Parts: sequence; C-alpha cells; structure tokens
Amino acid sequence: MKKVFGYPESLTPNPTHYCPGCTHGTIHRLVAESLDELGLRERAVGIAPVGCSVLAYNYFRCDMFEASHGRAPAVATGAKRCRPDLILFTYQGDGDLASIGTAEIIHAANRGEKVTVIFVNNAIYGMTGGQMAPTTMPGQVTTTCPFGRNPEHEGHPIRMVELLSSLATPAYLARVAVHTPLHVIEAKKAIREAFRLQAEGVCFAMVEVLSICPTNWGLTAPEASKWLEENMVPYYPLGVLKRPGTDRGGAAAAAEAREGA
Amino acid sequence: MPKVVVDQQRCKGCERCQEACPQGVISMSETLNEKGYFYAVPSEQPRCLGCLLCAITCPDVAIEVFVHGTQYRFFHY
Amino acid sequence: MPKVLMKGCEAIGEAAIRAGCRNFFGYPITPQTEVPEYLAKRFPEVGGEFVQAESEVAAINMLYGGAGVGKRVLTTSSSPGISLMAEGLSYIAACHLPVVVVNIVRAGPGLGGILPAQSDYLQATKGHGHGDYKLVVLAPSSVQEAVDLIYRAFDLADHYLTPVMVMGDGMIGQMMEPVEFPPMRDLADLPAKPWAATGAKGRKPNIVNSLYLKEEECHANNVKLKAKYDRIEKREKRSETYACRGDKLDVLVVAYGTMARICKTAVDEVKKRTKKKVGVFRPVTLWPYPYEALAKEARKAKRILVVEMSMGQMLEDVKLAVLGTRPIEFYGLTGGLVPSPDDVADRLRGILA
Repeated sequence: MKKVFGYPESLTPNPTHYCPGCTHGTIHRLVAESLDELGLRERAVGIAPVGCSVLAYNYFRCDMFEASHGRAPAVATGAKRCRPDLILFTYQGDGDLASIGTAEIIHAANRGEKVTVIFVNNAIYGMTGGQMAPTTMPGQVTTTCPFGRNPEHEGHPIRMVELLSSLATPAYLARVAVHTPLHVIEAKKAIREAFRLQAEGVCFAMVEVLSICPTNWGLTAPEASKWLEENMVPYYPLGVLKRPGTDRGGAAAAAEAREGA
Repeated sequence: MPKVVVDQQRCKGCERCQEACPQGVISMSETLNEKGYFYAVPSEQPRCLGCLLCAITCPDVAIEVFVHGTQYRFFHY
Repeated sequence: MPKVLMKGCEAIGEAAIRAGCRNFFGYPITPQTEVPEYLAKRFPEVGGEFVQAESEVAAINMLYGGAGVGKRVLTTSSSPGISLMAEGLSYIAACHLPVVVVNIVRAGPGLGGILPAQSDYLQATKGHGHGDYKLVVLAPSSVQEAVDLIYRAFDLADHYLTPVMVMGDGMIGQMMEPVEFPPMRDLADLPAKPWAATGAKGRKPNIVNSLYLKEEECHANNVKLKAKYDRIEKREKRSETYACRGDKLDVLVVAYGTMARICKTAVDEVKKRTKKKVGVFRPVTLWPYPYEALAKEARKAKRILVVEMSMGQMLEDVKLAVLGTRPIEFYGLTGGLVPSPDDVADRLRGILA
C-alpha cells in the first residue's frame, strides 16, 4: 500500500482549535504542502496575526513570530531586510490585513518586499465573536451591524487585491477560494506560486483566500460554502489579478492580467 | 484499490468530506469521539476511486489515502 | 582615534554602525530626521540596509522582526513617534528581544513644538507601553556621551535581551560637537543568538511570542521579566556628581541630559560670588534610577533643586529618593524654552538667599 495523501512535514501534529468546518485548517495545510514541496521549511519564518489564527505558531513546524494586530507585514519587512535568505510569510485575517493593517500591507507591497502574504477573507471578525469586517458584504448581519451592513452608513466592502493591484511595483496578486475541493485545488496552485516567487527572489506575493466562517455566519459548513459561492464570489472575483512582469499599475494592468489568468 | 483512513480523534465532524466525495464513500459515525464529535467513517470503502477530494477538503488533515497498485490521477495537485 | 566635528544626530547614526548595527527602520520627524538621512547615505558604504517605514508604528514592528531574526537593529524618533511605538516596545520587551531606540525629545504634549524638551521622562521610565515591563533608559548630556551610550546600549540590549532607549533632546540632536568614535565592531564577534527565528534547520522551531493565554504561563513570563529587571537594577545604575565633594552642601541640584550641563555652568557662576556649597547630581541611567547614589548626596544637602525642561517629571523620582527628608524645589521650563545658565543661577541665588 502506497500513501498518496498524507500529513505534511511543515505542520505540527497538534490538533487545531479551529471550529469544525473552518477553512483555516485547509489553508494551513496548503501553506504547509507548499513549503514541503518547495523544500522551504527549514528556511521559513511565519508570522501569526491577531485573529482566529493567532495560535498559528502552534501549527506550523517552522520558526514563527507572533505579531501585533495588523503589523505582520512590517515584522516581515524587518525580518526579510535583515535576513533576505529566510522565507518570510504572513498569515492574516480581515481585521489584521484590511482594517488596522491597511498601511502596513500597502507599503510592504509598494516597497516590493519579497515576502508571501496569505490573506484569509471570511467577511467577518471571527476570534472576537463575529463583528463587521471591512470585507463584510452589504446586508450581511454581524454583531456590530445587527441590521445588516448598510453601505450608506458603513461603506462598501474593500477589495484588497484590487487595491494593491493599482500599485506600480511588480507583485503577484491572486484571489482564490477554499469552499469546495475543486476550489482548494486551484488555491493550492496560487499559494504554491506565491512561495515559489519568494524562493526565487522575484517579488511581493499575496493570495487572498475566500473562506467560510460557519460559526459566526450562523450556518453549517455546507450551507456556509453555498453562501460564499452565492454572495462573496460575485463581489470578490477569483483569479490572478497581477503577475510580476506587468509592472504598470492600474485597472488596465489588472484587466490584462485577469485575461491571461 | 484505494483506501481512505480517517483519524477519528482529529475529526471534528464538519461533514465536508462527506459533501466532497463524489462516490458517497463517507458517512458520519453514530458514536462520538473523545472531543464529542460524530467523526467521518469511510463506510462505503469499496466505492472509493482514490480521487483525494475528501483529503483535499478536510480542514483538520484527518484523512490519509493509500493505494495498492495503480493510482488514477484525475487532476494535478 | 581622531576627533570629528559632527552633528548629534549624525554621530548617533555613526555610533550605531560602530556598534555593529546594519539595519535601521525609521520615519522622519523633527528634530531627529538627520539620523535616517545620515544612515541612508552611510549604510551602503558598510553593507547596511536602510528602510524608511511608512510610520513609527510600522518602524517599531520592523524592529521587532529584525531583532527576532537576531540582528542589531536601531530606530530613532521623537516624542509623538515614540508614543506610537508604545505597543511595539511592550511586545519587544515581552518577547525578550534586544533593540535600541533613540528618542530625541521635543516639546509636547500633542503635536507640541520642535524645540528641545525633557517631557518624556515619565513615559520612558514609568511604563510607556502596557504591561509590567521596563525600558532601560540612558540619558547623554553631550554628543560624545550620546555616542558612548549608543555603543553601550547595543551591548546592554544583547546581554539582557531587552529594549534600551537612549533619550536625548533636540539640543543633543542638532548640536555639533567634537566626537571620538569607538572602533568598528567585528560583526563576526557579536553575541550568539540561538533563540532567534533563523530557520528551523536541524532544530526545533523557535517561536517569538508574547501571547500566554494560560494565566500561570503569563505570570511566569512576568516573573522572568522582573528577575531580569532586578539584575539590571543591581548592576547597571550609573550617575555622576559635580562639585559635591565634602559632606555638606547648601543646595544639591539634580538634573539630567543637557540640563545638567547648563546647571553645572550655573553652579560655577553662583559659586564665583558666594561661599555657598552647591553641587550637581546627574543620573545617567534614568531607568534604573540611581536612587541610592542620589540619597547619599541628598543627605549632605540642606535643600534640593530639581531642574528639568518639563513641568516636573524626574521630580517624582527625586522625591522617591529623598522620601520627604529634605525640602525639594523645582525649576522648569518646557514647550521648547531652554533655561539658560543665568535663569538657573538666578533661581539658585533666590534659594540660597
């Protein structure tokens, strides 16, 4: 009997604290598989955020930092500039990256820091109990928009990948999802590419991963997958929005990259 | 013939593997594991194609897949 | 080594390079912008990497990352920027990481002014960020001393695995004085850092973390930090006295940084015309504060005069050292006003009369 699917080297054996069905576990595994396949585990330094994945340092079997809320891209910048031979990756949620950390992610991307960012977008703040995130959908009910997000009052959700794609500095910017196994297969490709680009010293790489949060959405995992497909995918289009080589910023470059995806 | 092995104590009973499997191999147990979850069981093992979709989707990395002889690869992973 | 005439800020940058620092992360703010500007030009000559961060918040977190991978790292800022670094310094202290931070103090509070002040004393020595931790705070009173203390700060930081702040003020930053630099540290000769996150090859992963959800573990980290601070308090207090010989003083002046120099001049002026005995006590480490050394000099004196460019911050530590046994007067100007030697001398004469 040959094992054709097994436990990655780059994950610790610790069982995770994530809710049943939470796609954090899947994404952790995709990152770990990428590190394994590219032989990067012994050079990797990951940076855990503040959010549900705050304990990510218990799950990845490589050197890890715990960063303060939103500042992981700055920590990654400091570490990478001091030790360019290390493979730096951040793993951040909506609040960390799109709220308190907007300055840090924009500037890390703009300076072209050769790090890998995994941005887990589940349209809500999970760890603190289901508050509105900058990525929460209009009409979506959360504890801090209990009548449904109203764009008049709370603004529209932020599309971080599109925001970053307007920068002129070369980057790899992709958005994927992990709510069905077929989407997970595509997500793996993007995450692996994001690490490969760092290993070859090419550019800043970020993969936004649309994820479910069954607990705070108040749905079962299968229902949550359906909700994501119907509500998030139309607003947050999937695909590779920017590749290195298209060093012009702006909507034209983004459209061009999407056509080539 | 492919074999799906579920780590019953890691499984959190989220049922995504059951949803992912195109062959109806997986069902949820009638007994609880240590953590109080109804864990996944490959109750229809002979129907398994070795497509890996259950393992690919499992958020708890609770599934390992073995094959004896030829493995049919349906996609690059 | 030959002496060079150099601006304080630039000398600070050069001192860091001599101490083995090749990574700087900072943000422009008056009156310390010359430090990043100097390093931006000088680093390429020594193989250093200069990054202008997007904010002081980002800068302190970049420092955290650089320190965590085992490098000697520096940031410099001024009062409002140092406020922004509070959270980051709490994390750095909690993670037992070595960093050197320089505060070139300007007038506050709020946006304040760009001229010198000493109004960040309580911020630096009494907490700054959240939680039970301390910054080692060193206060130079000349550009040469700033160079010496920066060089020492990196060693202190690496030895105790703790953040060290060198607190100057706008005068130190902007003055030009002759300086002699220590020799360049051999980078291969720096202390080893086996705890750093340098890639888990052939070892268990190293984790740089300050989250301890279990209360016993969090308490244990606090106990570990306190033990470290106790060791630092025991060994690293530094102070200096001027004209305090003998066992009687009419007035003991207590001042730090550039104010101490001004007070020395004022004391000299006053002693020319009177037979009164006046001396100056100058703490060099603001944390750990040399309470015992101050108490020893204070016992000789009839009265104490604390002089600061603030509304009375180190005054509180002087009161603690003296414990009500001597009357304490305060003279201070802030907002960018700098008491001149004549101002201090006038106040002294008033007290001595």
